[in-house]
Amino acid sequence: MAKRTGIEVSIAIAEAARQANVDVVSAYPITPQTHIVEHLAQLVADGDLDAEYITVESEHTAMSACVGASAAGARVFTSTSSQGLALMNEIVYLASSLRTPVIMALANRSLSGPISIWNDHSDVMNERDTGWISIFANNGQEAYDLTLMAFRIGEDRRVMLPVMINFDGFILTHVIEPMYIFDDEEIADFIPPYEPVCVLDTDNPITMGPVGVPDIYTEAKKQQEVAIRESRPVIDEVFEEFARRYGRRYKPVETYKADDAEIVLLAQGSVIEAAEVAVDLLREQGRKVGAVELRLWRPFPFDDLREVLCGNSIKQVVVLDRCISFGGPIGPVLSEVRSALYLEKDRPMVVGVVAGLGGRDIHIEEYMEMFRIGEECLRTGKDAGEEPELVKIVGLRE
Amino acid sequence: MSVVQRPKEAYLNVFAYRMAPREEYFTRGHRACQGCGPALGFRHIMKAAGRDTIVVNVTGCMEIISSPYPYTSWAVPWIHVAFENAAAVASGVDAAIKALQRKGRLPKKKINILALAGDGGTADIGLQALSGMLARGHNVTYICYDNEAYMNTGVQGSSATPFGASTTTTPAGRVSFGAGYWKKNVAAIAAAHDIPYVATACPSYPLDLIRKVRRSFELEGPAYIHLFAVCPTGWGIPPELTIRMGRLAVETGIFPLYEVEYGRYKLTIDFPQGLRPVEDYLKLQRRYRHLTPEIVQQIQERVTAEYERLKKMEKVTQE
Repeated sequence: MAKRTGIEVSIAIAEAARQANVDVVSAYPITPQTHIVEHLAQLVADGDLDAEYITVESEHTAMSACVGASAAGARVFTSTSSQGLALMNEIVYLASSLRTPVIMALANRSLSGPISIWNDHSDVMNERDTGWISIFANNGQEAYDLTLMAFRIGEDRRVMLPVMINFDGFILTHVIEPMYIFDDEEIADFIPPYEPVCVLDTDNPITMGPVGVPDIYTEAKKQQEVAIRESRPVIDEVFEEFARRYGRRYKPVETYKADDAEIVLLAQGSVIEAAEVAVDLLREQGRKVGAVELRLWRPFPFDDLREVLCGNSIKQVVVLDRCISFGGPIGPVLSEVRSALYLEKDRPMVVGVVAGLGGRDIHIEEYMEMFRIGEECLRTGKDAGEEPELVKIVGLRE
Repeated sequence: MSVVQRPKEAYLNVFAYRMAPREEYFTRGHRACQGCGPALGFRHIMKAAGRDTIVVNVTGCMEIISSPYPYTSWAVPWIHVAFENAAAVASGVDAAIKALQRKGRLPKKKINILALAGDGGTADIGLQALSGMLARGHNVTYICYDNEAYMNTGVQGSSATPFGASTTTTPAGRVSFGAGYWKKNVAAIAAAHDIPYVATACPSYPLDLIRKVRRSFELEGPAYIHLFAVCPTGWGIPPELTIRMGRLAVETGIFPLYEVEYGRYKLTIDFPQGLRPVEDYLKLQRRYRHLTPEIVQQIQERVTAEYERLKKMEKVTQE
């Protein structure tokens, strides 16, 4: 049975890849992902992981090699951050189009410029529409568990899509957390050997990645869209089996004290745990507040979100974006949440804030400020759409 | 203009197709232009590589003409991902096969991994990935089919475009004589990685090409072959001159055929009686028709010097 031990989150994620018995690791070093790939390289060097570790010369090649290895029938793993993800963008989109179930641990970091090695979500939001299954972890245990589950989800023959697991750079990657790490035997049969659907096999030659003439491109994209939507029941199944086996239950949308709340803060990643502290403090003052975590980012959990936010006590949602949609609707999470609720009759107002860019800490007072913005919106009845200045960067020095 | 009459050449002319394997793995029905040098080269390459080959083919003429869904010209497993990553994707295929064979999930048989890219995908946008693959020592043969410009997008200049050639982005004009830079020598760059095998080849010499492709797979480790691939459309020549243009490029020293095995240079087709003047090659092509005698002279001097250097390399490294 798994023991609770102190372990650095990056090491735990690398251990998850080892326990999944990956065949090929292809990665290029970038802060703050480095400890993950260093540990994997050491595991290979010590013979503890029987895999090929490709020391690629760029992230573009890291993802290209992942796609090639996956197409040849291997279970593949990579990890990156920020600029690395931006550089591999072209092939990120191809990995999902070619239905190669690459598993990627994404240590979320801001995009340059100015160059910043610290955490926000601008890297992953840039890849929002690349067709990957994308899931957020809010602590180390979740990052480890979700990395293990990613293999089951992505490689399921009903899915065959790449999966990225998001966890905040430094805030999670470099933290030593008490975590339940499985014994190898305990997790072994949770992740069966990878059985590819289409593979580069000399006994059964196929052509992969042909030209999509106008006659066929639209249908190819439709298939991809159907595939990611149909991954949802598989995600639920895997979450359920994990809960049944190991007792830790994951949901696409999580709530904290939201049952009778009037105002909720909706966020992704590690900030949610700090937001919960703010919720507790406000609850002590008798305020009806709660928190909502949007764990599953793609496929977007429309129904779950509506169920949590609509037709109940919640009157106001404050969406915290860790990324700016320049010249657009403030942040990608805000625009998606609003869009998901648009047709609901009994829906709360949705207002957006941006905070925690480029590693800026969000203090408890600032979460309080976000709830205050929500209260103000609720009191005046003015939606951010009418008064865009209501949407603001919390913690900005002026 | 006549094909040279030396006995060795005549021999190749007569017996080439009887001496090559009958099997076709790059099959007919593709959409290449008439007289396409790369398509002819691919046919020979695949005859040499054989059935147990996985092909990684990047974006470019040959990918476009051979894989318009639902058709394919490939009778071997084939993958296209993007433009600049033939070497990168092939690295992944190589790593996967090594791991899966070691772990007993794939039978232990020799599988040839072949990366195919054009000169743009090699000398320009794919150079970094190529260097990485060669440096890491993957068991991959990388073949650059060099038609000396971005032909697929309409004859734009690449760094493999030769000095003086007019392309749509290095056009000859009132104050320009075409490409004002010398062709990048990617075979030399590959050789500088100290890999087991580097060669140049041309479909006009099919048996030489087939032998080199086979040799590249016999040796353990990465190999690079630079294939001179005549493009009638881009160069402005009649399609029936493809074979002749390849021979003239070799006979004039514009494109010498050699191989470098573990650092030892060897000219695989040499001309003891001397090279033909470059003008014989240049004057047949529309892309060079604006050249002045002075520019032609500059090219001649460069070609002569490069050929001499190659002969010296051969002498020094074979000792």
